[in-house]
Amino acid sequence: MIKFIARRLMIAVVVMLGVSLISFSLVFFAPGNPAEVIIRAEIGEEPTLEEIEFFFQEHGLKAPFFTQCAQWLYMITHGDLGTSFRTEEPVLVEFIDRFPATLELAVAAMFIAILISIPLGILAAMKQNSVLDHGSRFVALWGVSMPNFWLGLLLILFFSVRLDLFPCFGYGGIEYLILPAITLGTGMTASLMRLMRASMLEVLRQDYIRTARAKGLMERVVIWKHGFKNALIPVVTVMGMQVGHLLAGAVIVETIFAWPGVGKFLVDGIYARDYPVIQGFILIIALFFVLSNLAVDILYTYLDPRIRYDVKKGMK
Amino acid sequence: MTLLSIQNLKVHFHTEDGAVRAVNDVDLVIEEGETLGLIGETGCGKTVLGLSILRLLSENTKVEGKILYKGKDLLKLNEGEMRKIRGKEIAMIFQNPLTSMNPVLTIGTQISEPFELHQGLKKKDAIQKVIAILKLVRIPSPSERINEYPHEFSGGMRQRAMIAMGLACEPSLILADEPTKGLDVTIQAQVVDLMKELTTNSKTSMLLITHDLGVAAELCDNIAVMYPGEIVEYADIKELFKNPKHPYTQGFLGSLPGRGLKPMNGMSPSLIDLPEGCKFHPRCPFARERCKNKRPEMVEIGKKHFVRCFLYD
Repeated sequence: MIKFIARRLMIAVVVMLGVSLISFSLVFFAPGNPAEVIIRAEIGEEPTLEEIEFFFQEHGLKAPFFTQCAQWLYMITHGDLGTSFRTEEPVLVEFIDRFPATLELAVAAMFIAILISIPLGILAAMKQNSVLDHGSRFVALWGVSMPNFWLGLLLILFFSVRLDLFPCFGYGGIEYLILPAITLGTGMTASLMRLMRASMLEVLRQDYIRTARAKGLMERVVIWKHGFKNALIPVVTVMGMQVGHLLAGAVIVETIFAWPGVGKFLVDGIYARDYPVIQGFILIIALFFVLSNLAVDILYTYLDPRIRYDVKKGMK
Repeated sequence: MTLLSIQNLKVHFHTEDGAVRAVNDVDLVIEEGETLGLIGETGCGKTVLGLSILRLLSENTKVEGKILYKGKDLLKLNEGEMRKIRGKEIAMIFQNPLTSMNPVLTIGTQISEPFELHQGLKKKDAIQKVIAILKLVRIPSPSERINEYPHEFSGGMRQRAMIAMGLACEPSLILADEPTKGLDVTIQAQVVDLMKELTTNSKTSMLLITHDLGVAAELCDNIAVMYPGEIVEYADIKELFKNPKHPYTQGFLGSLPGRGLKPMNGMSPSLIDLPEGCKFHPRCPFARERCKNKRPEMVEIGKKHFVRCFLYD
């Protein structure tokens, strides 16, 4: 197992290097000029050519592509994500300041998604073609189709403005967390619920479920003991991939709810063409993607004993 | 004493292609301690018949007739009463143990379930019983093997573990569905020997579902030959091999390697589109006009020898 994790971490390093190269190139070749935007924001009027020239010199943006790229790679491999053009603070520090809020939001959204989607998906499978099944299908379709920003606004309108139950934006106790977490988690809830249902239906058709019933087990035991772990395998795969999407989705949700996470910081960074911030964010999302997929692979070994990463008894 | 008596059993289910008439008017009796072989080609409804006894068919299946077990009609029991029969009174040994065992639970867990469920044993005591029964079916070092998963067992060991699972609560009736299918010939012989030993030493009855006449000859007291959905001949094992009466049985036996390896004409009909009259008439060398229209009744032509054919009317 340790060998397997070590090998996967080594692959992860290569993936991260690739991601950083691509993210650097994309930002480098994207149109727009950080000097103009940032100087205009600072002094409030159009910058002169000399000021722009000076900004480029100061941030090393005059060098050719490969020189800049090599510099960036050198920096990130030494744990330095550069300094934000706007705040003049190291990007890493800015992230560390804001990341806990984003993580809190993402974890809450994931928690809601798991808590709702798994039991409902199983129930829908057990009572296939019942009112509950059709109802959950409708809700899932609605949940997947609803764009985040629209759902967020509706929730604010209804629960904050009309009913005055939750604050409409800001950061603080759990009452501030609920609406943004629901907004962020709805899409994931809907897709996981459908997947859980389909997966459970597939498992219930298997021979070993019939064997379990032939032993005289209660249907409840058949489902939870014999079906659940088997049905969870594809769901866990998708869950791992969704972690990255949650972080990306957080960008929008944080903007709507004025949530002080990395997402909002990134949006401001994109407007200002703040290269180090954009590149750093891409890198961090990629890192989470890689790590969550590693976590999924480790979870697999627990769920499915047929998957073994260690060389044991001469079999792989 | 009669243990199981199936009367006028009909099993039909609906599919997109039409109604499947898997079992039609089947009558069968299994005595205490008897091993009855149900033989026939793939797709003739043997497995469906076995599953209908334990009521393990899907909900859209229509089952009619009577299945009397110790005098009680299983088709009239409610789900809770039926659960007390399954695994305790009547157990099933499934074909294809790789797919019939749960891939994510250990062998020990899967075999201990019937003990915990029907004998109310604690997990720890149940495991002792599991080790004992695995020893009985000759799994080497069972106390270590119980912690392994089905995929870690060889094909023969998986089948023996499957048999152990069926035998766990010493049921009165075992439904064994092709227990030797897909095994190497040497392993097959081991499994047959094991089953022979287990059934001759106890009062357990068995319904052996198979298309392998060799296996049936080793294990069975009596044989019922099934041809799409119905029983066409019933006799004790020696009589059937020596004196097969139904043209289908004759053809079936004639296709054996030791008996000329002669293939039968035509194909077994689909259960969706069964011929009128005698189901075998399109393939029968002796078919006459009335075989096409009228279904022959079962007639007794010798001591405990029944056949469904107009040749013996």
